[in-house]
Amino acid sequence: MTTITRPDTFLPPDLMDGLDDPDPFQGLETIASGETKTKSIVIVAESGDLERTWATTILASTAAASGMQVSIFFTFWGLFPLVRPDIRMTGKNWMQKMLAVMNRPGIGHLKLSKLNFAGMGPWMMHRLAKQHGVAKPGELLEMAQALGVRLIPCQMSMDMMGVSADQLIEGVEPAVGAATALELMAEADATLFI
Amino acid sequence: MTTETVAIAQRVDARGLSCPLPIVRTAIAIKTLKTGDLIEVLATDPGSTKDFTAWAKTTGNELVTSSVTDGVYRFLLRRK
Repeated sequence: MTTITRPDTFLPPDLMDGLDDPDPFQGLETIASGETKTKSIVIVAESGDLERTWATTILASTAAASGMQVSIFFTFWGLFPLVRPDIRMTGKNWMQKMLAVMNRPGIGHLKLSKLNFAGMGPWMMHRLAKQHGVAKPGELLEMAQALGVRLIPCQMSMDMMGVSADQLIEGVEPAVGAATALELMAEADATLFI
Repeated sequence: MTTETVAIAQRVDARGLSCPLPIVRTAIAIKTLKTGDLIEVLATDPGSTKDFTAWAKTTGNELVTSSVTDGVYRFLLRRK
């Protein structure tokens, strides 16, 4: 006869509450297979579209949850989802400011590449996501960060778009150039351009 | 009759959640356990059977049992 004992409660539904603890995720990499070299993935996030940012954040968080080392290189339109939610305007001159007007920064304001309908598309997509228990890109990005995913912005994109380092969310690494990104890609087991 | 006791150290309720939350939450939860500890995961995502099999293979954690009752998938995993 087998008796099974269980804790009375499930783990709190909102695991992210534990984020205030001093690095509760430290050592997660030890879950990864010890015999083989830890696998590494590089994602180039070039698009700031909602659906593609979703793909980026889903793959990054899942790879990190599977014990892989993940780096995301944010370039061109992909840079805007990294802007802090309280920053409405980026840019130093009128052209850069127009970019922020036409393309609102922040991961909570992404547009669909098709069927956007002035925001109706993303609104419906978020409702559908909620109905089906799908986490938003912003939530997935937070989890990815908690699991040790490196967020690396492209210096050239920042300069050209007029986005400064202090306008980016916490935890983003210093900006780098194409050479550094290529070095990461060359050493990675898989590279995705999204 | 011999009595065997199986102690489950942690439970994760991922019912109603879609990919990749069942896996991501389990990965975070299993981190809090010791080697050999058991964790039970409940999910309703039909893709989770394959996902948990793949995840166990990738991470080296053991998928002890996997079952489905009335659309609820139940996974018992042992931390590596």
